Amino acid sequence: MADNATDKHVPLEHRHRDLGARMTDFGGFQMPVQYEGIKAEHRAVRENVGLFDVSHMGEVAIEGPDAIAVIDALVTNDATKLDDGQAQYTAMCNEQGGIVDDLVYYRLGPERVLAVVNAANRDKDFDHMTRKADEYCADAEATLTDEGDEWVQLALQGPNAEAMLQEMTAYDLDDISFYRGAFAEVAGMEMLVSRTGYTGEDGFELYCAAGDGEPLFDALLDEGEDWDMALCGLGARDTLRLEAMFNLYGQDMDETTTPYACRMGWTVKLDKDTEFVGEDALRNQKESGGPERKLRGLILEGRGVIRPGYSILVDGEEVGEVTSGTFAPTLEESIGLGYIDSDFTDTDSVDIAIRNRTVSARVTNNAFYSR
Amino acid sequence: MEIPNDYYFTDEHEWARENDDGTVTIGITDHAQDLLGDVVYIELPLDGDPVEQGADFGIIESVKTASDIYSPVSGTVVEINDELHDTPELVNESPHDDGWMIRVDPDDLSELENLMDASSYESFVGEEE
Repeated sequence: MADNATDKHVPLEHRHRDLGARMTDFGGFQMPVQYEGIKAEHRAVRENVGLFDVSHMGEVAIEGPDAIAVIDALVTNDATKLDDGQAQYTAMCNEQGGIVDDLVYYRLGPERVLAVVNAANRDKDFDHMTRKADEYCADAEATLTDEGDEWVQLALQGPNAEAMLQEMTAYDLDDISFYRGAFAEVAGMEMLVSRTGYTGEDGFELYCAAGDGEPLFDALLDEGEDWDMALCGLGARDTLRLEAMFNLYGQDMDETTTPYACRMGWTVKLDKDTEFVGEDALRNQKESGGPERKLRGLILEGRGVIRPGYSILVDGEEVGEVTSGTFAPTLEESIGLGYIDSDFTDTDSVDIAIRNRTVSARVTNNAFYSR
Repeated sequence: MEIPNDYYFTDEHEWARENDDGTVTIGITDHAQDLLGDVVYIELPLDGDPVEQGADFGIIESVKTASDIYSPVSGTVVEINDELHDTPELVNESPHDDGWMIRVDPDDLSELENLMDASSYESFVGEEE
């Protein structure tokens, strides 16, 4: 394998191998792609509970009296709206309005923010964030620290996630509402517990010190036996997120796409008080009629499976390209995401060129699945 | 992994079985279905279509990926496994038996000699891993 593949490791990698996971390279990390199988793991999360190791995700801590002001200058969403313990989803753009990454950040206190970034972007993001923080907030009192190796992140997802996790903590999980987190003791270890995820189900993400990762994993496996909890890999994570119509960075968005192009316009707060990276470009795009192509959902109406790279056609003319596609286990049909020229984004139906034939697909702007 | 003794194998992980009536049944191996994961859709030729040794005759789609299926022999399709239309998971559950794909009237049965036998295939899979 070329480049930097497989030279980065999460603390639990050997556990996944020992437990029989099939491994794959993702963002330079060796991660489990599946345990029992994608469909079974997917079903477990929709109907019961599943556990994912997502420690390949990066963390950047922003700390100091101006921590909130710094994150607010780096992201499109409005960080000043958050209370302590609240999380927010956002785009982080470059000066052209292109998306450097999409991320979730937590306001852990008035002087402490934790940003969670995509695995493949860890180095790029930290570099971007430190440079732009210097540029936009030169006098700010805040330090940025790459804490990517200091955290283990596990996601417990599914309708039974709360009941299962409640067995492992005295903290009343009812008090943690959607997109909020709190420090709590789970299985005797202090960690950040948030009601967040990437599956379209209720569930939690647990951020613990890297050294606590293995004991926490063991405790979850132990408790999970009573719940028939499934160990899940990135394969099911991908089918689950696509059913919920969440974008995947590097596939459905990158530095050439703006939030307005990929259904993330709601994360752009042009009127917030802080001047933020990409603001001018995004305002320009919005005022000049929007992006030339927009991301839309696709539901295949015939047989076959939508895959990334397939052409999207209207009357035989190519009007776009698929960026994500799969067979959706819960919906039992093929779904995808793709960019469509803005002239055609209101079209109800397109054709997808699947190898040697074309199959019609419905175009949608609504989540394929919602609980 | 199960490898039937009396089958022939391609390096693309298809199998061929010679039937008593001289036709050849074709499918993909246990190893292949394991690599693909959950099979969700299979596109097969029609009765009477010609197939050619080494050329693709269909497509198999799993949740993860799409793959061509290559014919182990040349000949004419005389039967397709209709069960796979509604239950493609048969390929996962019974790759060497109920999950068969097509039955072919072969042009030349000696083509089977170009394929691997069970023990060669077993070492071939071993080397790949």
